[in-house]
Amino acid sequence: MPKDVRLTPPLTTADVLPLEIGDRVLVSGVIYTARDAAHRRLLELLAAGQPLPVDFQGQVLYYVGPSPARPGRVIGAAGPTTATRMDVYTPTLLRLGLKAMIGKGRRSPEVIAALKEYQAVYLGATGGAGALISQCIREAEVVAFEDLGPEAIHRLVVEDLPTIVINDCAGRDLYDEGLRRYARTA
Amino acid sequence: MRDIHVQDIIAAVKQAAITANYVIGPDLLAAFRRGLAEEESPTGREIFRQLIENAQVADRECVPLCQDCGLMVIFAEVGQEVRIVGGEFQAALQEGVRQGYQEGYLRKSVCHPLTRKNTGDNTPAVIHTEIVPGDRLKLWVVPKGGGSENMSRLFMLKPAQGWEGIKEAVVATVREAGPNACPPYIVGVGIGGNFERAALLAKKSLLRELGSPNPDPELAPLEEELLAAVNDLGIGPQGLGGRLTALGVHILMQPCHIASLPVAVNIQCHSSRHREVEL
Repeated sequence: MPKDVRLTPPLTTADVLPLEIGDRVLVSGVIYTARDAAHRRLLELLAAGQPLPVDFQGQVLYYVGPSPARPGRVIGAAGPTTATRMDVYTPTLLRLGLKAMIGKGRRSPEVIAALKEYQAVYLGATGGAGALISQCIREAEVVAFEDLGPEAIHRLVVEDLPTIVINDCAGRDLYDEGLRRYARTA
Repeated sequence: MRDIHVQDIIAAVKQAAITANYVIGPDLLAAFRRGLAEEESPTGREIFRQLIENAQVADRECVPLCQDCGLMVIFAEVGQEVRIVGGEFQAALQEGVRQGYQEGYLRKSVCHPLTRKNTGDNTPAVIHTEIVPGDRLKLWVVPKGGGSENMSRLFMLKPAQGWEGIKEAVVATVREAGPNACPPYIVGVGIGGNFERAALLAKKSLLRELGSPNPDPELAPLEEELLAAVNDLGIGPQGLGGRLTALGVHILMQPCHIASLPVAVNIQCHSSRHREVEL
């Protein structure tokens, strides 16, 4: 049976190891955003032997490029983008201690293997529910790569951001499980 | 001749761009409500509940439905008795997009393909113009998300592959899209024409009211057959498993070359945004 879990970063292996696919996870506290361009820059910095703007040890990364905040609002719409595009960068960040990612869409076999190796999880948020999810975001500030606009790294403070475990530390995949249960073959 | 001033075109496009991003159509909302009632998977029903709530929050708080406010596509039907005055037609459409994305706090998601540098104002929009009889100007303003566009496909089938080949192509495209392009989908299928026309037909088919039968009696049962086949995949809302992988399949078809059978599949995420304006 899926469990209801609350997570507040920074996370340890003990926090994520008990999570299983289908568990409903409410994330609260500080998380960081990054998508395509920010990932590329992070890996370029690493390759050049330079320090990263964020220490990813125990952290949660949210794949999102928010829409601009209207005056008086914390942030615009802020739903997940497709995680698959970040797959090539992800094992490196997991090696640096990243413990969870929030996105939507499938991860590569390499990422799923890396989640097992480094004991981390991939959480799904509802794609296309950007207005709804924005209500969970209490604070937002750009902490790196400001020139990238919506692709800049933001530090968010969230409260009860609803997610579901898509890939757990055991290498399982909720998307495959869903197909097994509901596919009708001719 | 009937004069239409570019300022009116700019204002109409701007408003349509903003409204399309904040307010979903009644047909889509009705489809979400049907999904909430009919989806077998409890997780799937929860997704429909969230999508309905998302639409309410977006409308009430003036926040975009989705942070991906899309690359703008505009279909323009220009009556041949219309005269555009005060400036250039295409430039007016682009200016409307520019103003809408700026003033509506919409995300600018257009960049140079190689350097990836953002153009900063969500232009250029992709514009398709047709000259039609009459003295009206009709515009369909269609912000299209990147995730679902990425999973769209074009097939140049052999005529021998026929309907079975078309069906396989559609099902394979949706299977490959899987959870990635924000299901439940609306699947636009363009059959015939040529290489570029098939894609355009697929995209244009998405403009039809969701839940309405295809007006062509030849195509209506084919749409139902494709919808059933796609929903048998079991991908479900957000790919978490379920009966409703797609809310509808729409087909537009036109004759093609005797050597060809072009088929395009345009995947539309559940955030199906489009506004129609007539001047």
